[in-house]
Amino acid sequence: MNATVATLTRRSLLGRKRTLVLLLLPLALLGLCTLARVLAGLDADIERELESSLAPGFLTAFGIAILMPLLGLIAGTGSIGPEIDEGSIVYLLAKPLSRYSIVVTKLVVAIGVVVVFGVLPVVVSGVVLTGAVGTLTVAFGVGALAAGVAYCAVFLLLAVLSRNAVVIGLIYALIWESLVGGIVPGAQALSVQQWSLAVVQRVLGDDAARLGVDAAVGFGTGLVLLVVVTVGATAYAGRRLQTIRLSEDA
Amino acid sequence: MSAVELEQVSRWFGNVVAVNDVTMRLGPGVTGLLGPNGAGKSTLINMMAGFLAPSAGTVTLDGRPLFRDPEIYRDVGLVPEREEMYDAVTGWDFVLANARLHKLADPATAARRAIGIVEMADAQERDIRTYSKGMKQRIKMATALVHDPSVLLLDEPFNGMDPRQRMHLMDLLHELGEEGRTVLFSSHILEEVEQIAGRIEVMVSGRHAASGDFREIRRLMTQRPHRYTIRSGDDRTLASAIIAEPSASGVELVADAAGGTVVQVQATDLSAFVHALPRLASQHGIRLLEVRPADESLESVFSYLVAR
Repeated sequence: MNATVATLTRRSLLGRKRTLVLLLLPLALLGLCTLARVLAGLDADIERELESSLAPGFLTAFGIAILMPLLGLIAGTGSIGPEIDEGSIVYLLAKPLSRYSIVVTKLVVAIGVVVVFGVLPVVVSGVVLTGAVGTLTVAFGVGALAAGVAYCAVFLLLAVLSRNAVVIGLIYALIWESLVGGIVPGAQALSVQQWSLAVVQRVLGDDAARLGVDAAVGFGTGLVLLVVVTVGATAYAGRRLQTIRLSEDA
Repeated sequence: MSAVELEQVSRWFGNVVAVNDVTMRLGPGVTGLLGPNGAGKSTLINMMAGFLAPSAGTVTLDGRPLFRDPEIYRDVGLVPEREEMYDAVTGWDFVLANARLHKLADPATAARRAIGIVEMADAQERDIRTYSKGMKQRIKMATALVHDPSVLLLDEPFNGMDPRQRMHLMDLLHELGEEGRTVLFSSHILEEVEQIAGRIEVMVSGRHAASGDFREIRRLMTQRPHRYTIRSGDDRTLASAIIAEPSASGVELVADAAGGTVVQVQATDLSAFVHALPRLASQHGIRLLEVRPADESLESVFSYLVAR
């Protein structure tokens, strides 16, 4: 970790217009949750639904499946991609610093952004939907954190490897995880979303079946894959940063 | 006192050879790396800055290989060609951040000194995004000087500078060289290089075309054959008169696009030929309609050096 790299990364990440998007996504989640709560107060049927499968369904569909990959994409690629594209990364690389420490620092900053703009809103949404800091809220908070960390690591690596990281990341998050994962059961096993859902399922324990939370992989498998992908992506990003080409011109 | 040495260095990208078998040694003082765009100057600087591995040969700083060794940046300062920095921070914050990244004992004092050298103290509290191109260039210089490096590499540092800023940077580079630092800067403009560089290395199409002090390079460049295209009242008579002159080595009558002819001359002695031409025209009563030096682009001058 390097405090100066962290400060520069935070300022360039939050100093861009995409900060607006970072705010819009959690605000949309909170808005929808508040609306659901208000409607539940007016209609007993909706309230019953909310207490059984609606709340976990909502947090899975919007929180884990949309909010976390998009925030992970913005924060993960945004923490290093623009600097590589513009060439300003040279000011970090031309220093007596380990490239691994640069990558780890940027990952920590990206995770911090995802916690503030993703994990906390998911927790608050859980409280709004259920009216309490119960197991459901904690489970989705932990699951969102696990997803956020893995997405940040994967998308940060993608930004080191390709100038088209955002497009590739969107294709992965929207096409692979949501579309292909929804149609082809085998594809779900290779999905950060399902691995983190396995974490949610584990924290919910016996309530998971009643609440309709059913991950495509077991907890052990999900956790191992999350750790392997996060650590592997970070290590490989550090390695690639050691030999990164700074300009396309020969 | 540090020396950067390149020993039979080549670098290729796929099928493109960017740098071809270059051997040079950069010692204390200012060295100008001269060459047209695409000559391989930036590739060479990237290798000297440790960002690119040579495909063949070795690039070393005082005997240490430069590639993949972050510790070399304690001795090397780099001013990249690209302008982008961390725009959302002030000049002061950015130079201070660079001092901290170097893990200097007193980063604030180092940052103040570097900003003072480039005369940016008055604008140091402004965001970098508000700076002019020349101001950005000076802040880039400050980040490269903040750790007092013994080797300074600058990629096209004069681009976008106004004449006053250019003079200031030239003086600064001169001083840094006088202090015994190894300073290398790239440029595609001979006049820029010859004003400050004690030594010039010329690169053309990835090859090390010439090396020496500016007088030698200037002589090589001006003593090459010069080509002229001449349009006159009587091309054939003029051509026969020119070929009788010892300052010309070749004359050709060439059809032009309008259906007429032009005289193309290759002159071996430039100053003798430009004096002879009006005299010949006057003697033979020929009216000169157009005298145009052909083939005077920098690239052609460099190509001549390579062909030698």
